[in-house]
Amino acid sequence: MRVPLEWLSDHVDLSVVDDPHELAAEFAGIGLEEEEYIGPSVTGPLVVGRVLTAEPEEHSNGKTVNWCTVDVGRPQPQGIVCGAHNFGPGDLVVAALPGAVLPGDFAIAARKTYGHVSDGMICSSRELGLGDDHDGIIVLSELGLDGAPGDDAIALLGLDRVTLDVNVTPDRGYQLSMRGIAREYAMLKDQAFTDPADIPTDAPTDRGFPVVLDDSSPIHGEPGCSRFTALTVTGIDPTARTPFWMARRLLEAGMRPISLTVDITNYVMLELGQPLHAYDAQKLTAPLTVRRARAGETLVTLDDATRTLDPEDLLITDAGDGAEGSRIVGLAGVMGSAELEVTDTTREVILEAAHFDPVSIARTARRHRLPSEAAKRFERGVDPAVGPAAARRAADLLVELAGGVLSTDTTQAGDAPEPRVIELAADLPSARVGVDYSVDDVTRLLAAVGAEAVRASDTSDEAPTLRVTVPTWRSDLTHAVDLVEEVARAGGYERIPSVEPQAPGGAGLTESQRARRRVSNMLAASGLTEVLTYPFTSQARADDLLYPEDDERRTLVKLANPLGEDRPLMRSTLLSTLVDAVVRNTGRGFKDVAVFEAGLVTHGGRPTDEPGPRFAPGYHPTALELNRVRGSVPAQPHHIAGVIAGHAVLPGVLGGGRRADAHDAIDLVHRIAAVNGQTVRAEADARAPWHPGRCARFTLADGSVFGWAGELHPKVCENLGLPVRTVAFEIDLDALLAQPDERDWTGALSTYPVSRQDVALVVDEALPAAELMDTLRSAAGEELESLEVFDVYTGDQVPAGAKSLALRMTFRATDRTLTADEASRLREAATTAAATKHSAEVRS
Amino acid sequence: MSEPSAVDPTTIDPRDEAAVTAAVDAALQAFRAAGDLEELKTAKIAHTGDKSPLALANRGIGALDKADKAVAGKLVGQSRGRVSRALAERQSQLEAKREAEVLVAEAIDVTLPSARTSQGARHPLQLLQEQIADHFVGHGWEVAEGPEIEAEWLNFDSLNFGPDHPARQMQDTFFVDPPDAGLVLRTHTSPVQSRSLLERGVPLYVVCPGKVFRTDELDATHTPVFHQVEGIAIDKGLTMAHLKGTLDAFARAMFGPDSRTRLRPSFFPFTEPSAEMDFWFPQKVGGPGWIEWGGCGMVHPNVLAAAGIDPDEYQGFAFGMGIERTLMLREGINDMHDMVEGDLRFSARFGVDA
Repeated sequence: MRVPLEWLSDHVDLSVVDDPHELAAEFAGIGLEEEEYIGPSVTGPLVVGRVLTAEPEEHSNGKTVNWCTVDVGRPQPQGIVCGAHNFGPGDLVVAALPGAVLPGDFAIAARKTYGHVSDGMICSSRELGLGDDHDGIIVLSELGLDGAPGDDAIALLGLDRVTLDVNVTPDRGYQLSMRGIAREYAMLKDQAFTDPADIPTDAPTDRGFPVVLDDSSPIHGEPGCSRFTALTVTGIDPTARTPFWMARRLLEAGMRPISLTVDITNYVMLELGQPLHAYDAQKLTAPLTVRRARAGETLVTLDDATRTLDPEDLLITDAGDGAEGSRIVGLAGVMGSAELEVTDTTREVILEAAHFDPVSIARTARRHRLPSEAAKRFERGVDPAVGPAAARRAADLLVELAGGVLSTDTTQAGDAPEPRVIELAADLPSARVGVDYSVDDVTRLLAAVGAEAVRASDTSDEAPTLRVTVPTWRSDLTHAVDLVEEVARAGGYERIPSVEPQAPGGAGLTESQRARRRVSNMLAASGLTEVLTYPFTSQARADDLLYPEDDERRTLVKLANPLGEDRPLMRSTLLSTLVDAVVRNTGRGFKDVAVFEAGLVTHGGRPTDEPGPRFAPGYHPTALELNRVRGSVPAQPHHIAGVIAGHAVLPGVLGGGRRADAHDAIDLVHRIAAVNGQTVRAEADARAPWHPGRCARFTLADGSVFGWAGELHPKVCENLGLPVRTVAFEIDLDALLAQPDERDWTGALSTYPVSRQDVALVVDEALPAAELMDTLRSAAGEELESLEVFDVYTGDQVPAGAKSLALRMTFRATDRTLTADEASRLREAATTAAATKHSAEVRS
Repeated sequence: MSEPSAVDPTTIDPRDEAAVTAAVDAALQAFRAAGDLEELKTAKIAHTGDKSPLALANRGIGALDKADKAVAGKLVGQSRGRVSRALAERQSQLEAKREAEVLVAEAIDVTLPSARTSQGARHPLQLLQEQIADHFVGHGWEVAEGPEIEAEWLNFDSLNFGPDHPARQMQDTFFVDPPDAGLVLRTHTSPVQSRSLLERGVPLYVVCPGKVFRTDELDATHTPVFHQVEGIAIDKGLTMAHLKGTLDAFARAMFGPDSRTRLRPSFFPFTEPSAEMDFWFPQKVGGPGWIEWGGCGMVHPNVLAAAGIDPDEYQGFAFGMGIERTLMLREGINDMHDMVEGDLRFSARFGVDA
């Protein structure tokens, strides 16, 4: 809301404001946040001049300019070249003299042009920021202004004024008017406030222009139009022009002057907050009917767009096509029709000041993308009682400025609702805000916003209940806590003290929260950089990742309104978007990129078409209903994924380095488990997007799978532009952390010496090492403390299709020193089992 | 090399004190002259070996008279003792010298680039969320979490957003297809308020950091995916003064001991009274000043009622602010792209833990 301070001073005493910037800060303190400070944009000398002579001179470029002498109140006339022709000797004009600076930092200086030294400029409206009119220069008499040569034109034209643009929150429609802002100012400055809407109006009669309210389908039970006031003004002079002062205020308020009648309706809307509409009475056929649209109806609005109407749209209609309501004359509260707009021949107007349902107007404005000034006000709540005063104010201005005659017959359909009364425990403001307000404070502060609070007679003196009559313009005040905010606001938020509450003491982070930090910190300490990628993906990405057609990872939640149609789906794996971060980094010149991401992924596909659970605000759903709400939300487990492209050990002056391979990714998963005290099992798998021969599937003790790691499929690297042999892992961290804690403690650590036994076993090349190791472990018994593989060999020394694994078995007993013979027997028991189960041969 | 002995070894008479002393001096001289362990070994053989003058003298004692034997024995024994002590001393000196030389020879250039593994880092937005969580955990609060695809009821209705609230329109909110299914990408962390009220009950003191979504294209100051932290405290007797106290402490934790907050009236459906919160930023570019930080207020009775909590018995406050904005202000970051693109250089300077 743009608040021209000169206009505001019509209603309140602004003389106490020294610095408009301070006023802006004070407004912010009561909830009117400063959007923009619009200060003077012209500096002098800008003076009134009287044209003494104006000699047209034709120049070789075909242009005719006037060589003028202008009396600017100095001993000698000023010589000025002017290209406009809408003036002559004797006219008072506005002259910018050398040294003046006009809007856009346009500095005026004497300059040579067209064979003269032009010692200044005769200004047009546009050059002074006074509108778009560039047809000619300003002739003061045409604006209804007067002055003497040399007078300061800045003050005359109001170019020294300040406008504050303040942000009005969507609940406070009343602030979208000078009336509302003036009331806030009076509250702020503790001034008496005279309501500009407090003007006498004529009692309605039934002889005015007939109006019918016919709402067959109210939204939420609210009638689309609760009250409709219509006034008729006849005998308007169509040539009457908008006076300068009004045009000036409209411009300052951010509206463009159009024509006197339209300008008056806009002016009154800005002044009182009531949107008005003026109809050309001679084009209307009685009665005016307010009704809902019928499916398929169309309307050409003032902006010349043809709009197909929705049955929820509220319309103003007349009987222009025969029957009552047959012709649409406007989208109620949003925009009028092109056909019936007032024109420069209109001599008789019907003024409409109606109150429309905010929800209905908001839906229509949104549906047709018509965020008009009127709709903006109706959506946020217009004072349902101000209609008659606003219509009268506009009519009076038409009478005053256009020579019109006001009909004594006022039409009124519907009525304003009774003011709302809210019961407020007088101690609630103190209890909620933490400032000690007396009953008198509460009453006084509510009075400052226009609400009248009286003690309910049947309550005690210590803790009285107040019956608060809410002013009609405050549709936002519906609950006692709304009144509490007004008390706090009028009393000043700066009075609220700072007191730290004492929470009863929590249980700290949960194990899952701590584990997630632990894992991320471990990965970062292991050389991976954490990144956060957008969770939006596509089926094309699933193709790039070689997911089979029936893969469950292709069953994705889709967005109804994605930012781009190329990524409309919610990822089911982190890797599907994490790879983008790798590509971006390699694209920016990084050769070795190791990144990870921890975050939520979404399981499940398209929800059913059954509408989701919705309940009115304040309704506490039943347990069953809450289960439906929770059940409607797809599963979103915490995943963690990492990608390493390039080196695991960096090359450099210290050595050749080592490129990352599948085992780096596999090891990270083992380490993620290990930092959480878990052991997990890797098995060979062939799953996209990994290399089918270099992919490990990870399982928990109960056999459930929780992740994969290995080298990415060469085709995937090619599809995505990843470096060759990029490796990656992704696990469901929630599943890992849900596994029962495996850490147990069976007694003191044995300090007896170890006995090490090495053995080489020749087995089928396809036998996974883990299986052989499981067999050895279970046969060797509890004394086997550790089992390592220290070499894998294939070649001439073993049969074709076989491999030799060199293993080191470390034995330790809890109660004695194992002898070499005992250790050898344990080793033999293990290798015998391996021979039986895997045909493993001991290689001598 | 040790100097050849000036004394003929065969001629030393163990009773000849001068000769014995000369042999001792010669030995001591030779040990001193030995520059390394090899030379010392040669000197050792020459002066303490079987054929050394003192050894021969010693051997000659046995043939002496009994009276001479005692004198010569004492003389030669003491002399040999002096020689062997000198040898041991020199031996340890030269060993120390050799060790020192080896260490010098093994010196490396410690300024050579030493990185063998990549430098890893946490994302600063994650670290900041952890730091915020830690601040509140330290004040006895807990950390609550919720899903990112959320039920519309939890994201809007339960928070007193009516069905016609502008925020529910498609130009602001990502809706899951079909839109009637009532699922959205949460537009704020506030649904965790409702989840916490429903699941944990009262009294309640929780913060909820997390990812949120709005249909904004990425530019220098907007991103469709960003982070917020939400706080809610519901108890008996909590007031806006407690809200202010909580925010002041939080501002100090984030922006230093001189920071504090200021409340201005505002509007949010789920709080009444509502406030915008500014914080005093001593390090603000261009001089200390107020900076908008987030929204807050006293939780609306409808929010408590929707969660089955009696708003006449319990009341409290809630607040929320952007993590990106907080990080940008703290670190002087001025382009959102840097935070979302995952460039390795961005996170590197924040390290592994805040």
